Amino acid sequence: MMRFVVAVLTVVLTAAGLADAGEKRARRVAVPVVKIEKGEACVAPTEEMRRDHMKMLLHQRDQTVQRGVRESRFSLKGCVDCHASRDTGSVLGKDGFCSSCHTYAAVSMDCFSCHSSSPEKEAMPKAAAPGRGQQDTLKAGAR
Amino acid sequence: MSISRRQLLGLTAAAAAGAAIAPGLRLIELVQARSPEEAASRLHRWGLLIDVNRCADGCTACVDACFVENGVTGHGRPATDAQWIRKLTVNDQYTGFSQSFPMMCQHCAEPPCVDVCPTGASFKRADGIVLVDKHTCIGCRYCMMACPYKARSFIHEDVTGQKPHAPRGKGTVESCTLCVHKVDRGDGITACAEACQRAGHEAILFGDLNDPGSEIAKRLRSAPSRQIRADLGLNTGVRYQGI
Amino acid sequence: MTQVHYREIEGASPGYWALLGLFGLFVLAGLGAAYYMEHNGHWVTGMSNQVVWGMPHVFAVFLIIAASGVLNVASIASVFGRALYQPLARLSGLLAFTLLIGGLAILVLDLGRPDRLIVAMTYYNFKSIFAWNIYLYVGFFAVVALYLWTLFERRMNRYSKPAGMAAFLWRLILTTGTGSIFGFLVAREAYDTALLAPMFIIMSFSFGLAIYILVLMAACRWSERPLGDVVLQRLKNLQGVFIAAVLYFLLVYHLTYLYMTEKHGVERFLLLDGGVYTALFWIVQVALGGLVPLALLYHPQTGRSRPVIALAAALVILGGLAQVYVTIIGGQAYPLNMFPDKIVTSSFFDGAVTSYAPSLPEVTLGLGGVALALAMTAFALKVLPFLPESLADSDVNPATA
Repeated sequence: MMRFVVAVLTVVLTAAGLADAGEKRARRVAVPVVKIEKGEACVAPTEEMRRDHMKMLLHQRDQTVQRGVRESRFSLKGCVDCHASRDTGSVLGKDGFCSSCHTYAAVSMDCFSCHSSSPEKEAMPKAAAPGRGQQDTLKAGAR
Repeated sequence: MSISRRQLLGLTAAAAAGAAIAPGLRLIELVQARSPEEAASRLHRWGLLIDVNRCADGCTACVDACFVENGVTGHGRPATDAQWIRKLTVNDQYTGFSQSFPMMCQHCAEPPCVDVCPTGASFKRADGIVLVDKHTCIGCRYCMMACPYKARSFIHEDVTGQKPHAPRGKGTVESCTLCVHKVDRGDGITACAEACQRAGHEAILFGDLNDPGSEIAKRLRSAPSRQIRADLGLNTGVRYQGI
Repeated sequence: MTQVHYREIEGASPGYWALLGLFGLFVLAGLGAAYYMEHNGHWVTGMSNQVVWGMPHVFAVFLIIAASGVLNVASIASVFGRALYQPLARLSGLLAFTLLIGGLAILVLDLGRPDRLIVAMTYYNFKSIFAWNIYLYVGFFAVVALYLWTLFERRMNRYSKPAGMAAFLWRLILTTGTGSIFGFLVAREAYDTALLAPMFIIMSFSFGLAIYILVLMAACRWSERPLGDVVLQRLKNLQGVFIAAVLYFLLVYHLTYLYMTEKHGVERFLLLDGGVYTALFWIVQVALGGLVPLALLYHPQTGRSRPVIALAAALVILGGLAQVYVTIIGGQAYPLNMFPDKIVTSSFFDGAVTSYAPSLPEVTLGLGGVALALAMTAFALKVLPFLPESLADSDVNPATA
């Protein structure tokens, strides 16, 4: 009796495992769609970004908010400006860059309840251009 | 020891040149927009000077500009809609004299809101700008209880369409940021001051209170000014002239 | 000395399950209200940028104050060594625990970002009395649990006095902290006074004892355990003292403010033309919550009647809620005094008395917290021996020190 049960279990579990290994099997959760539409490369290698982007964001946000360090390389605005979909203009939504992986991995992200998920509308250069800024400030300071 | 006339002339010229350039050097160091990678510095203390005599009754240019700049949208619910800046109309009940002027976060040097925030989300940056770190804000609203100027607003509903430079979201508290994104970018002015200039009143002046050569410091030195609720000893960064 | 026997209540009757069911319904409703408020944002409540703390905070602060005060009975037993109060200590500790849980649950669920509770527990600004309170509340649980253990565990009984002293001191600090939440605020006319901290302590004594009396009477009656007059009369007299003390503090607060011309505005508002706040102050807080119970409890005839004692306790609770309402909401409704002697108007309701009306989600959340505390108490009584078998006159030790 025991051997029968073990045999059945082995067959069932192996079949399940084999079935799951097939990529072609219909899935209930959409596989993430990663469309890179702009730029040659990200600010860091893909593997590093995949693994550590959260750490980078967490660290950078404290630097930016509390110390006023606005390094454009790791700014969330920079990510959104580059990764926003050309069609929807957003990193959220059906095939949004952020939401498609996050939905697949079932990791909720809190960023966009406050942050804009669309790039800046004005034609401002992404990185604060020191040259332009300096001129204005010197003018203002000289008043 | 004796020096030659040539040497004396040279030394004097060098000293004179140094004396002429030195204050300028200091000015330029203070006034230069810092590069984005640099942290905000205690060398500066950003503030506003509001000349109430120049503020026009019924004009809301500063309020409108702030709301546009920072994406502060209303929902037709004045009790719960956020207001970063508002026009006050103050009427002396004994004499009948009336004035109006804008009121916003006073960016105190000793902010009560910073003292009471349990998580430290309400904080004062090195250059004097008082901000809410919305990553850490739990929405307890204690800072709103504590603010003597009713400067803070709680976001009572979902927010969409935020400006990328001004994140705001439901359940957190916010207030005037002294246009910190513009300050850091080196614009040298806030949206409200800009709008007031454009409207021709020039009632709001933004500047560095720590820089003795700045326009704001000069005006504060040469004419009387006051803080609102000065008795609380908060050393506000927003000063008023003409109240 | 008579040995006190403690026993769990049976908790098998239909009445018991109905009670738990009722509490459970309110708890569920409270949770639903919290979800509704969090999901839609606080605009669905009566709270606004003018009155930022509303009904949930009234309930929560009341429960927190009462939680600290209800431990008084145990303190009198363990710290001050009154033998009569010994059998009452366990229930006192239990109520302290459960009332605080109820209060904190309301507070946390009303946060703008309740999902950030972990942030609140890990990021601290130690200049904030709120941050200190988080430590004090969590520590209170630990201290009370430890104290209860010294009461339950026979081998630890001899440590009940130091544990009781620790709990006593801890809750004095805790309630001082709760009062200081308001007392430290320079911004508002009705706060900004050192008197609020000790006033909250006295309020805690009164409200906590009133709740204790009601719960004790209900628990004994429904589990059919005798509750003698000796115990009840002693508690009743103590309640009278505490009511009087609260009235005294109220008198000092208002007399002082009435003497200061600068405070006449807020005093006029609270005592004369504040509409609902004035009505709540005089009718519910002072009269129904103070003078009437005082008269009822000390009158030789009514003071002996059980229903009257219960009524008096209920009135004290009602008056206490009104007092917290007037303090928290009335204190916010009165405008900030930015320009003394000037009339101020703006689009942001400066210079205007705010109108606030409690909304259904807020009240539901508050009641949910109350129900949670009571449900936990009822359940705990069934699971552990908190309640003495008998508090009849012959079974208690009325020895006075």
